[in-house]
Amino acid sequence: MKFTLSWLKDHLDTDASAADLAETLTMIGLELEALVDRTADFRDLVVADVVAARPHPDADKLQVCTVTTGTTTVEVVCGAPNARAGMKGVFAPVGARIAGTGDVLRKARIRGVESQGMLLSEREMGLSDEHTGIVELPEDATAGASAAEAMGLADPLIDIAITPNRGDCLGVRGVARDLAAAGKGSLKPLDTRAVPGAFPSPLGVTLAFDEGAADACPYFVGRTIRGIRNGESPEWLQRRLISVGLRPISAVVDITNFMTLDLCRPLHAFDADRVRGDRLTVRSARPGERLVALNGQDYALEPGMTVIADAVEPEALGGVMGGERTACTGDTTTVFLESAWFDPVRTAATGRSLGLASDARYRFERGIDPAFLVDGLEIATRLVLACCGGEASELVVAGAEPAWRRTITLDPARIAALGGVAVATEDIVRILEGLGCAVTTAADGRLGVEPPSWRGDIVGEACLVEEVLRIHGYDRVPVVPLDRDTPLPQPALNPGQRRRNLARRLLAQRGLTEVVTFSFLSRDDAARFGGGAEPLRLVNPISADLDVMRPSILPNLIAAVGRNADRGFPDGALFEVGPVYHGDRPEDQRMTAAVVRSGRTGPRHWAAAPRPVDVFDAKADALAVLAALDVATTAVTVSADAPGWFHPGRSGTLRLGPHQVLGRFGEVHPRVLRAMGVAGPVAALELDLDAVPPAKVRPGGATRPPLALSPLQPVERDFAFVVGSDVAAADVVRAVREADPLVTSVGVFDVFAGESLGPGRKSLAVTVSIQPRERTLREADLDAIAARIVDRVAARCGGTLRS
Amino acid sequence: MDDRPALRDELLTAVQAASSVDDLERIRISALGKKGRITALMKNLGQMDPEVRREAGAALNVLKDEVAAALDARKAALADAELDARLAAERVDVTLPPRPETEGSIHPISQTIDEIVAIFGEMGFAVAEGPDIEDDWYNFTALNIPPEHPARQEMDTFYLPGHLPGHLPGHLPGERDGRRMVLRTHTSPVQIRTMLKTPPPLRVIAPGRTYRCDSDATHSPMFHQVEGLVVDESTHMGHLKGCLIEFCRTFFAVDDLPVRFRASYFPFTEPSAEVDIGCTRKDGAFRIGHGDDWLEILGCGMVNPKVLDNCGIDSGRYQGFAFGMGIERIAMLKYGIPDLRTFFDSDLRWLRHYGFRALAVPSLVTGLAP
Repeated sequence: MKFTLSWLKDHLDTDASAADLAETLTMIGLELEALVDRTADFRDLVVADVVAARPHPDADKLQVCTVTTGTTTVEVVCGAPNARAGMKGVFAPVGARIAGTGDVLRKARIRGVESQGMLLSEREMGLSDEHTGIVELPEDATAGASAAEAMGLADPLIDIAITPNRGDCLGVRGVARDLAAAGKGSLKPLDTRAVPGAFPSPLGVTLAFDEGAADACPYFVGRTIRGIRNGESPEWLQRRLISVGLRPISAVVDITNFMTLDLCRPLHAFDADRVRGDRLTVRSARPGERLVALNGQDYALEPGMTVIADAVEPEALGGVMGGERTACTGDTTTVFLESAWFDPVRTAATGRSLGLASDARYRFERGIDPAFLVDGLEIATRLVLACCGGEASELVVAGAEPAWRRTITLDPARIAALGGVAVATEDIVRILEGLGCAVTTAADGRLGVEPPSWRGDIVGEACLVEEVLRIHGYDRVPVVPLDRDTPLPQPALNPGQRRRNLARRLLAQRGLTEVVTFSFLSRDDAARFGGGAEPLRLVNPISADLDVMRPSILPNLIAAVGRNADRGFPDGALFEVGPVYHGDRPEDQRMTAAVVRSGRTGPRHWAAAPRPVDVFDAKADALAVLAALDVATTAVTVSADAPGWFHPGRSGTLRLGPHQVLGRFGEVHPRVLRAMGVAGPVAALELDLDAVPPAKVRPGGATRPPLALSPLQPVERDFAFVVGSDVAAADVVRAVREADPLVTSVGVFDVFAGESLGPGRKSLAVTVSIQPRERTLREADLDAIAARIVDRVAARCGGTLRS
Repeated sequence: MDDRPALRDELLTAVQAASSVDDLERIRISALGKKGRITALMKNLGQMDPEVRREAGAALNVLKDEVAAALDARKAALADAELDARLAAERVDVTLPPRPETEGSIHPISQTIDEIVAIFGEMGFAVAEGPDIEDDWYNFTALNIPPEHPARQEMDTFYLPGHLPGHLPGHLPGERDGRRMVLRTHTSPVQIRTMLKTPPPLRVIAPGRTYRCDSDATHSPMFHQVEGLVVDESTHMGHLKGCLIEFCRTFFAVDDLPVRFRASYFPFTEPSAEVDIGCTRKDGAFRIGHGDDWLEILGCGMVNPKVLDNCGIDSGRYQGFAFGMGIERIAMLKYGIPDLRTFFDSDLRWLRHYGFRALAVPSLVTGLAP
């Protein structure tokens, strides 16, 4: 919402500066977007009367002028030939900044005469190169007033943001009213005298809505003005429009635009001679109807859209835009002015479905003053008569003013209870009345507040608290610390949230770089990773690459690896902890930790050669995260049944128990990498953090079993088993571990397959830790345990000791 | 005849001249071994007069000890020299780089969320959550943004096809009927979910992903917000100011950071405010702290009674405040990150530059800033 200071002053009687007003606007909720103030340079300059001028005693070309600003009278030495008694000039007092030179003016003695200021030329003001004489101000300029204002240079442009609730401030007068309430001057009265009608309007108006739809346009006021000359609008009006970036068109059009901006009263002017029939009908559009609007576009209308039609067809879209056919032109001699109230919801829906934005729609959809139809029309009529001549008809009125009166009870104590600051009741009343409310006080001290017709947004007590508080000033609310509401600190994070943070910090500590990628991706990527179902496709994606909610984080990470490779960084280790989506219900969203390692394990190094990443890098990450989340990794089973986007022979699924899938890891299928344009190898992991059971939290702390330290040393024994090449190492390890209760750990230290073993065979070498419990084990005891191990592996895995 | 002095000189000289442990061993055997020369002299003692034997025996013992000591000393010296020589041969260039360990990092968004949680957690807030895919009742209607409200139109909402049949008005909280699935445009629906689930008093924050179909230099279709909600019987606007001023000063680590509250509008709060912090903008340089300028960082207000009512909370008894802010925005301000879109680029160079160390866990105990 743009306006200039002088425009504001049409409605607001104020001495406040533009900067002061701008600051107030911001604080009361009408946030300043921009203040373009050309007066800053001229701030110190005032209008001065040259009372007398006498020649300088010691210089031929200088004069000594006596100037007065009304309050002070001083002598200045002036070299301008046009300086003379009786003129009015631009006076810069000592201490003023001279924009043209950038200097600060000081008291000076010029050839023995003290000069206490300066009368300025245009060049000295920084306006032009004109320096043949000093600026001469008009006769009616007031001494002591701002010189810039007297010169018409002082009209700062103010641009403020209007929140959706404040439709009333989409007119300059509404802004002025708020400023007046905030103590920045007083609101000037508005001249709403009626223009007597000279004749009955030849055009009538009928509201013709189906039952239940009458609220689309409940009230419509209009009048005919005939015998006008629709030429250019007067200079003051053109200047107003130009000052806020509007192009003057013709007097009638300019007046309707001005009414919109000045009083938030959008009007439409029909060229009455082009309206067919003797009445306008306001109704819902009929199927198949069209309208070529003022912007030249042809719109297909639909039932539910409010149109204003003549005897033949729609001529305007109510509250949105007029039609081209009945638009006012320079040839127009008879206009019909429309001042109506259109339903905000329907106006918004119509504009949105047609993609048609206008100043009128913007205001109607925020709600315009339902009690200002007639007054607005009278003001507009007077403007038309003044600018274009002519003769106004009597008013045509259809429908009735929509009900808007309501009384809200405000307990003055509520201001302190909710707002945190006590405001005296008389101040509450003053503020509310300043905003246009009618306030009555009940016997119990409560206030009955009737909000004004233009404030449809005020609907409850909290609204009134807000009105009082914002005008009183948020800065006057004392700051109170927020006390704890529990005596003991509670953890901010629940176990699931804590788990995510642990996973994140652990993966970063393992050398992985955290990324945050979009929750949506392309349909192709989604399909490659098992997603892309219809309910997860965006109806209005920002681009075709980002149109499906992600079923997995991996495609984003793989794409990121590809982008980094293109930048010259092919070896990357990335992770993300974030949501994936398996459906559109809340429970379908799963918190996931995803890891991608690509290329080699590290840079080339003199002591440690890097190698290509592989499935075991991903598995190591998986087990490390699970361990950090207090999952007993011995309880986790691994099977070679990962989904199709993984390498079929180098990938696995992690489960807890027989069914609960914790995650998948492995090398990404080369076909997927090729399709995504990424060079491999890529090792990847995805863990479903929501599937990880939470660590049990017990009151009193996590107790642990007593520590039993054995005085006996553990014994290590190595075994090499030959098994079928498809036997899982995990099964051999489990068989060994379960062979004897004294076995505490089993490590695999060699895997070998070769001709010596024969085809389809491999050798697994394990080292077994045996912890004696009651006594030192003798050789015979160890032999017995070894025999049990060998038997168990033979029985479970068909393994034999390698000879 | 006494040849002991000569023998002593000869043996000690040989010991001193020995250049290896093996030489020393040979000398030891030749002198002190079973057939050694000193051993032989000892054996001869038996044939001497007791008088002479006592004296010669003592002298021989002295000689024997002296030679043994010399052997030990020489052996230790040789061992030292040998170790020195070996160590000298083992010298490496210690300026060579050690075996590499890649350094990972935490994304600025995660770090900033952790900082926010640390600050509000200390004030007694718990972290609440809600789904990214919401329905429009939670995202709009329950927040006092009815279907045709201009605020709903201004949100640039992403829609999903899901749309459950049913009549929209008059449904009860918790019902899903008649609602359109959307990507949440703000974290505010978590307010609704929290209030429907948990009775007051409430004190929660809800960081998370949010979405708007808008993409340019200053907008990303996905970004992050954090929501805050306090509901009890007495929290008022003064507490709102106290809570958020404390947050701003702690987060930006400026003890006397100017913070101002100015009137604004959000459908779900009333009164509503926007919060600015003091800053300086001079010659293109930007600094948070004292200065003549203000920078907006968050929106807040007292929870609108209609929102409480929508959640089945008695607005005659309970009140409170809510706030919301953009996480990228405050991260950009605090860490001097110039471009919003770079947050989601996954550019390793950017991540290394703006990322945080894994162990730099924000905490008010250890300090926020790493």
